[in-house]
Order: sequence, then structure tokens, then C-alpha cells
Amino acid sequence: MKLEIPVDDSVLIGLHTGDDAGVRLLDERTALVQTVDFISPVVDDPYTFGQIAAANSLSDVYAMGGAPITALNVLAFPCKELSREEVTAILQGGADKVAEAGGALLGGHTVESPELFYGLSVTGLVDPAKLISNANARPGDKLILTKPLGAGMVSTAVKGGMASPSHTAEMVRSMTTLNKKAAEAMSAVGVRCATDITGFGLIGHAAGIARESKVSLIFEWERVPLLPGAKEAFSLGMVAAGAYANRERWQGVVEVTAKNPEETLLYAADPQTSGGLLISVAPQEAERLLEEIKSTGTPGAAIVGEVASGDASLIVR
Amino acid sequence: MTVIDCNKLACPEPVLKTKAALDSIEEGVITVIVDNMAAKENVTRFAEGQGCTVSPKAAGEGWDLTIAKGYGCELPDTMPGSSPEARNLPTAILILSDKMGADDKLGDVLMRAFLSTLSKATMPPAKVLFMNSGVLLTAEGSEAIEDIEALAVLGVEVLSCGTCLDFFGKKDDLKVGAVTNMFDTVETLTEGYRVTTIR
Repeated sequence: MKLEIPVDDSVLIGLHTGDDAGVRLLDERTALVQTVDFISPVVDDPYTFGQIAAANSLSDVYAMGGAPITALNVLAFPCKELSREEVTAILQGGADKVAEAGGALLGGHTVESPELFYGLSVTGLVDPAKLISNANARPGDKLILTKPLGAGMVSTAVKGGMASPSHTAEMVRSMTTLNKKAAEAMSAVGVRCATDITGFGLIGHAAGIARESKVSLIFEWERVPLLPGAKEAFSLGMVAAGAYANRERWQGVVEVTAKNPEETLLYAADPQTSGGLLISVAPQEAERLLEEIKSTGTPGAAIVGEVASGDASLIVR
Repeated sequence: MTVIDCNKLACPEPVLKTKAALDSIEEGVITVIVDNMAAKENVTRFAEGQGCTVSPKAAGEGWDLTIAKGYGCELPDTMPGSSPEARNLPTAILILSDKMGADDKLGDVLMRAFLSTLSKATMPPAKVLFMNSGVLLTAEGSEAIEDIEALAVLGVEVLSCGTCLDFFGKKDDLKVGAVTNMFDTVETLTEGYRVTTIR
């Protein structure tokens, strides 16, 4: 059976392009951005988990160039295992991040579940002329990655009790940082193409840009930032199953010529929770945008490659 | 040997169980059973990172990972008898000399000890094939006749190369087992036996 979605001309971005959020035109100057995402815990502390889950959900609106206006909680949890205080702390973490994003939390829905999940459905607004999608990369553009990779590996190490406190703290700092400032900076210089790096890893989301924009993305692996502790986690076997699944799914479109290709491919396939934005920016704007992003909360950002004309493939060299 | 069953376990559980098992021994061999590629690669990377040697073998839907800790040796996949198919094959021992190794005196002692121990082995071979000067062990004048007879009593097929007996002038002096020809020898060496050669 195939999912049939009726065509609607007011839908600017729908299901078919695998973008971060859906976008519907409201009037000439306003479009609505809508997304939903929820995750299982990546850290033990409930308040921190709430913050991370919310930053992760809000990110999809930022990746479209939008600003969040409203949000609804989506919570599933085992009633017998979680105290009222813990549930409140999770929701407080989420509420604080929604407030930081400038949105209003309107309510939500809770169900009982054997496993804990939390996230948000977020609605935002964007000027359709400034809409950012994964289909607008142009050959010659530079690629900026705003947060380091390796969150999947470090969080697996955290789960396994094999991450150092400083590595854990650095990961939490990265995951709780909103993509708000980076998104505002990219909109200000007229960026039209970006995506956020989440569960499919760098290769999965970059492959989306390459496919929808009909270009090739070339990454200079030495410039791709990794979280401190990612390499340690890797050699301790703390690689999330999702990294292997992503590798399986996308290795056909990726050519890795960097040294240690197998290791490199797994870092590039590492699933990120509340990861950074991958921005395709005109070359003359790249340095200026990078400096702006680095100075506003994501100092690990870097220019990691460029866009070339091509056939929807990725090169990691 | 310790066996850790990691079937149906999600990452990072297989690595944590492997770590606990390896932490509990100074040296030794453990087997970790995994049912997915992520667990296989993670456990392998972890164990190798700890200086262990990992030998994977496909087993059913997943893999058996044999992990050796503390030994400087490897368990290569090509090790005789390491594959399940080879393990089930009967063994044949091909003895090409009346001495084990180069030194005459030591070689004599070692060969006697080898044959005597072989008759007491838990899994005696199906066949012992004597060729070249090896036939001197089965012929008149050999001090190993008793040990070889003990093998024959166990049901081990004892065969000596006719051409070789002829060459050493022992054609009529065979004391134990039967005479064989090159056709049978080739069959034994190429089909259906796991062959160990002693020279």
C-alpha cells in the first residue's frame, strides 16, 4: 500500500522532499512551519533531558529559517517508574527551552508507555521569500556545520557509564544549545539551503541536500568538528546501532577517501540528538557567517566542505 | 569457557557484558554471541582496543566472537579444524619420517613419544599413513611397533606406502597395518580427511 497525500498548492514543503518540517503558505508574506519530534532519554537528569528534547524539536523550525511561535508537549512515560517530580522536571526543561526560543507552550498530550519518550510539536512562522529548504544548494557554496558530531557515540558511552564527566558536560552543553542564533545569522545573510543534523547523521541529512538540490557535497574530513570524547567512545565500542543503520542505508552514495575510511564513515553516520545545522552558503558570505555563528553560542562551528555540481553523491576526503 | 549470550541485547549492553567478563579474568578465552552487526563491530572494536584478539565466526543469524585475552597468539580463521565443516571431518596423520624433526636422537625420542601419546588421545585419528622413511616405524626393527599396534586395536587404520617399503628393502617385513598405494594416499589427502603432517 502506498501513502496517498492530496496535492495542495499552498503546501510549499510537504512529505515528498524529506525536509525537516512541513511549510504551508498562509499569505504572501507568511508561511506556517510545523514539525513534531520526540526522543528517548539521552541523559539521566530529567530537567536536562527535557531541555535536550525541546532543543531537538525546535531545531526543525530553525532549519527551515522559521521562528517558533507555539509548542505542544508530547510525553509518554511509565507511571510506576517515574516520580511526579521527575515528570515535572522533564516538562520544566522543555518549557524553559520553548521560552528561550520565544515560543509559547500551549499544552500537550501524555500517555502511559513502558518506555519514556518526550518531545514537542512546534509551530513556527517564516517569510516565504526567506524559506530555507534542503533543495537550494548551489555548486560553489561553502558548507558550514554549526555543532560538532559524535553526540551519538558520547551519549552511548554515557549510557554505558564509560564517559568522563567533562565529556558528558560538553555533550550536554552542545545538545541543550538552541540552533536559534545560528538560524538567525544564516537568515540575515540570505542563506536559502540548510538542514539540521539529527538521527540520520551527517551523511543521511547531507544526502537529502544532495538529492533534492541535485548536487554533490564534498566534505574535508579534517575540518569536521568532533565532540571531545567521541574518539574515546568509538574505540570503546560505544557506537549507537543507528550509526550502523545509517551507514547501511547511505554508504552507496558516499565515497570516503579520507584516511581510516571505515572509522570516518561511522563518525559521519553517527546519529545526532539536537545536532547542529548544515548550512549551504554563498562562498563570499561564508567566513562572515561562520564568525557570527561561532560568536553566538556555537563556538565549535566550522566550514567543512563545499558544494559541487554532481549527481546527488557525497564525497568525504 | 565463558560464553556470553548477547542475543536480543541493544547497544551498548553487549559491550558492557563483554567488558565485565574480560575484567574478571587475567587471561583466557571467552565467547560472545551477538545477533547484529552493530554489536559485532562494537564488541570487536572494544576487545581489540583492550589488546585482545577477536575471531568472528558466522553462527546462525549472528556471530560467535571468540575473544582471547592475555595471549600473544592469534586464532586465525584458517587454523586447521577451525571451521565447523573441518571440525566434523575424520583426521588422518601423515608421517613422512621415522623421526620427528631434524635431530636424529631427539627426533627418535619425540616420534616414539608422539605415537605412544597418540594411542591415548581423547580423539584418535581415523588413519595413520606412513610414507618415505616413516615406513621404518611399521617394519621389522622398529621400537614403535607396540604403540602402533595399540592404535590399530583402537580401530585406527594403519597404512604404509608399498613403494617406500620396497625402497628401504622392507617389503616383506611389515609388522603392523596394511600396505597402501599412491591412489589411496591421494584420495586420503585430498578428500574427506583433515590431514596433519609429521616430518
